[in-house]
Amino acid sequence: MSTTTEEAPAQRGRPSNPGERVAEWADGRLGLYKFAKSNLRKVFPDHWSFMLGEICLYSFTILILTGVYLTLFFHPSMNEVVYHGSYTPLQGVRMSEAYSSTLHISFDVRGGLLVRQIHHWSALIFIAAMIVHMMRVFFTGSFRKPREINWLFGWTLLFLGMFTGFTGYSLPDDLLSGTGVRFMEGAILSVPIVGTYLSMFLFGGEFPGHDFVGRFYSIHILLLPGMMAGLLVLHLILVFFHKHTQFPGAGKTEKNVVGAPFFPIYTAKAGGFFFIVFGVIAAIAAVATVNPIWEMGPYRPDQVSTGAQPDWYMGFSEGLIRVMPGWEIRAWGHTLVLGVFIPLMIFPLVMMSIAAYPFIEAWVTGDKSEHHLADRPRNRPVRTGIGVAWLTVYFILLIGGGNDIFATHFHLSINAITWFVRVSFFVAPVITYWITKRICLGLQRRDRDKVLHGRETGIIKRLPHGEFIEVHEPLSQQQLHVLTAHAQPKPLTLAPEVDENGVARKAGPIAKVQARLSQNWYGEHSQIPKPTAEEYEEITSGHGHH
Amino acid sequence: MAALVVLLFALAATGGLYAALAPAPKAQAQDSGQQSLAIEQGKKLYDVGCASCHNSNGQGSDDGPSLVGVGSAAVDFQVGTGRMPAQQPGPQVEKKKVIYTQAQIDQLAAYIASLGPGPAAPTKDQYSPADADVAKGGELFRTNCSQCHNFVGKGGALTHGKFAPSLKGSSSKHIYEAMQTGPQNMPSFPDSTMPSKDKADIIAYLHAVDTAQSPNPGGFTLGSLGPVSEGLFAWVFGLGTLLGLAVWLAARNTKAKKS
Repeated sequence: MSTTTEEAPAQRGRPSNPGERVAEWADGRLGLYKFAKSNLRKVFPDHWSFMLGEICLYSFTILILTGVYLTLFFHPSMNEVVYHGSYTPLQGVRMSEAYSSTLHISFDVRGGLLVRQIHHWSALIFIAAMIVHMMRVFFTGSFRKPREINWLFGWTLLFLGMFTGFTGYSLPDDLLSGTGVRFMEGAILSVPIVGTYLSMFLFGGEFPGHDFVGRFYSIHILLLPGMMAGLLVLHLILVFFHKHTQFPGAGKTEKNVVGAPFFPIYTAKAGGFFFIVFGVIAAIAAVATVNPIWEMGPYRPDQVSTGAQPDWYMGFSEGLIRVMPGWEIRAWGHTLVLGVFIPLMIFPLVMMSIAAYPFIEAWVTGDKSEHHLADRPRNRPVRTGIGVAWLTVYFILLIGGGNDIFATHFHLSINAITWFVRVSFFVAPVITYWITKRICLGLQRRDRDKVLHGRETGIIKRLPHGEFIEVHEPLSQQQLHVLTAHAQPKPLTLAPEVDENGVARKAGPIAKVQARLSQNWYGEHSQIPKPTAEEYEEITSGHGHH
Repeated sequence: MAALVVLLFALAATGGLYAALAPAPKAQAQDSGQQSLAIEQGKKLYDVGCASCHNSNGQGSDDGPSLVGVGSAAVDFQVGTGRMPAQQPGPQVEKKKVIYTQAQIDQLAAYIASLGPGPAAPTKDQYSPADADVAKGGELFRTNCSQCHNFVGKGGALTHGKFAPSLKGSSSKHIYEAMQTGPQNMPSFPDSTMPSKDKADIIAYLHAVDTAQSPNPGGFTLGSLGPVSEGLFAWVFGLGTLLGLAVWLAARNTKAKKS
């Protein structure tokens, strides 16, 4: 029959290996082969700091996996129940179903406490890794064109991650997290005019009401992680599309990427690293308690515990509140609680200042070119200084947020710590900026010295006429590349006040500010001229003294 | 004449009632003998160890408050935990090595109690009865104590260097006495506001969650201090380990092997 003749060619081309057959079947429908061929050999540069983003990705994956397990047993309900589970110190206590089911997960579900602890430790490490990853990108200037959008994606992931964490640890409705939700309600109430309406809207009436656990649950398991997963994919697509940045070195240019291919080397490493991250977090969760809700008891608005802090990533907002003087303005029958409202306004400013930085730097430097070689932080002293100043503010506020723990554990007065934080908030970033900039310039001088005179070997040689000299070893080509590859841009200057036709030209105030900042960024006080080829020739040709 | 008879009857009735209702005279004599001996010994100890600040006869001075009416419970707590005699002035007098024997502390307490009526040191039935309710104690603790002492009694900061100490290792009697008398910066919870039963419940709760025998289902507690110690642990041991491993992994490339 005709069918047999039609089948024949198919039979001939059919691979004997079943695996190949499956591959062929899939390729015919998904076009995998073509995609894989062009992408599997994509090259990634190798540096430990390029693996920070991977820690974020893997801890996020762990969060999703463990989170799904927790949803199987958690009841997002504020119905009041009486506890009769296996944790004796709480038996017979009235609590919400959310709290009771979290106790159930912790004590009566197999592996429940371990999974809860993996979930919580992953969250703490996830956001810590995002901060470190962001700092790596910041200090190496990897946010410059064309990666500004991806910087914003990453920043948004951090911001959403903070609130996913907040809504997550509020779910068990324990005394500590309830205090945190009360704190947030207070912050919302401090907003003039709309504050009370917003609070009533969010909690479905007076705090705490019966709604917020259910609402936070939807936000925590659906809305925010959904947004984050989407952003994460976009973030990775852009990394793929832009290609990864690389540090300067011999053979590395703005136009190539030097490293290992995606498959098999990078996939093996990345896959292995996933299991390492999972293993480390699981080990930590197995030995160290996190968020022991059974110790804290169920939330009741009339109870509170000392040491009531948010998780660390919200710590700087706690610090802002704790150190802010309790100012209030009362007028026309209304109270404006500046002691809460000002911190509420500074909180997003702290975050947004770092988000806006790439655009500010691009405007100040007037740099419109693409960059694929990462900066060494020392070669951009102003940026590095600003980054350290930001970290200083962040860290100082963390101290403010934990002022009571610092007071008891270092035997200090909590008032003294609060005043230290108040003053340092303004003074310390200026000092650390200045110190960082000086250190960067010092390191640039040392680089210049190393390029021209080589590495100090520590070997002292005595010459025939009695003079002692230290032997300097010239750097290798690779090392010379690393130290001299960076560009040293000129600062922007204002156009002359009179143009070539003798017509007066007026520089606007914005242009003046831009020129001044640019002078600060790239002027003679912000970079040490790197050695020129002529200087290097001159010294290495034998005219130099050593 | 009738008035005289009425008076005689009244006197007889009063005397008879007194004879019937008064405590047994013999036992009282023995007790008060021991009592006055203890007071006498206590006064001697007081004059050596306490009077430099609290003044003679517990009248108080600029360096130490009056002890009239503080009762034996306060003495048993302050001296029994080593806080008194104080080592030096400061925001708060801290716990240290106890230098008196319990017998001497009892004598001091008897002397101070003789200066004026005050809360007496509790008996074992009061501070550790058999029927204490741990769960109710937890609720009472969270309502009355945890705002200074943390949710499981790990302590916390107060203003200007003062602090609520950790309750771990404190004896049941001392915890009871602290609630009864309100030492230093602590408010007092006399029986009129917090009945003896409630105090015992709180003590039972603390014993359930804050002793060396308390179970730690989650592993190391990191001090049970809340998110500050957890955050520090996540950064140092969590991220620290992962960064170390990232460096290790990045060093294992083909290029590194060749050289």
